[in-house]
Amino acid sequence: MSFSVSNTPIDAQAAKKAVQDRHCGAFVAFEGWIRDHNEGQAVERLEYEVYRPLAEKEGARIIGEALARFAISHALCIHREGLLELGEMAVIVCVSAAHRGPAFDACRYIIDEVKTRLPIWKKEHYVGGVSEWVNCENCAVAGHAHGEHHG
Amino acid sequence: MLKCIEWVVNDDALREMKTRVRYFALFREQAGCESETVEWPGGQARELFELMSSKHPALKSQAAALVAINDEMSAWETVLDDGDEVLFFPPVAGG
Repeated sequence: MSFSVSNTPIDAQAAKKAVQDRHCGAFVAFEGWIRDHNEGQAVERLEYEVYRPLAEKEGARIIGEALARFAISHALCIHREGLLELGEMAVIVCVSAAHRGPAFDACRYIIDEVKTRLPIWKKEHYVGGVSEWVNCENCAVAGHAHGEHHG
Repeated sequence: MLKCIEWVVNDDALREMKTRVRYFALFREQAGCESETVEWPGGQARELFELMSSKHPALKSQAAALVAINDEMSAWETVLDDGDEVLFFPPVAGG
């Protein structure tokens, strides 16, 4: 499965193995982790809500686009759902290719599209008991860098 | 599953089609329920959202909100057919 949603911890080694190929000289991975702060607030844990039927369909579409657009051999992405603790991996993207250029480009493309197109939402639980849905309105506008948030 | 109180437009002549509506994340909290079926005159997805906002005053439109119809991402201008299931997504924040 090129894109999947998991409610258990992501096995990064298994993900890497899944894209291994003797024709490939390059492997690029991106991992998004749960950070202890966001926009000045101390974060205690994070909760992901995923609408699976559409996330899986659209996620597979994004992987397909990357395979068509860049000279890569394999690509996969796994996204967590449910309650995650600090330091846990929220998302992983693995790409293998003959050469590093397309592997970097495809990895970046996949994570950027995943962040703006998939029906996934996160609720931050702050130190002190307050929780809030992360309003990523700006992130969903094309061209806005999402790097200030998780990952 | 939290269900909204069933709600219909009072005038019989205006109840031309049935649409199932589902809310996610922030929208679910603003609407106070996960899903409901609405009988209304029909129109675009955007018009349905506005109608639902008038029913649930806390439900606020957002520029980056997305809409899906029958599990396919769609445009807000899409005209709905009788029996469609419409999903209202607040701005997404994966990754």
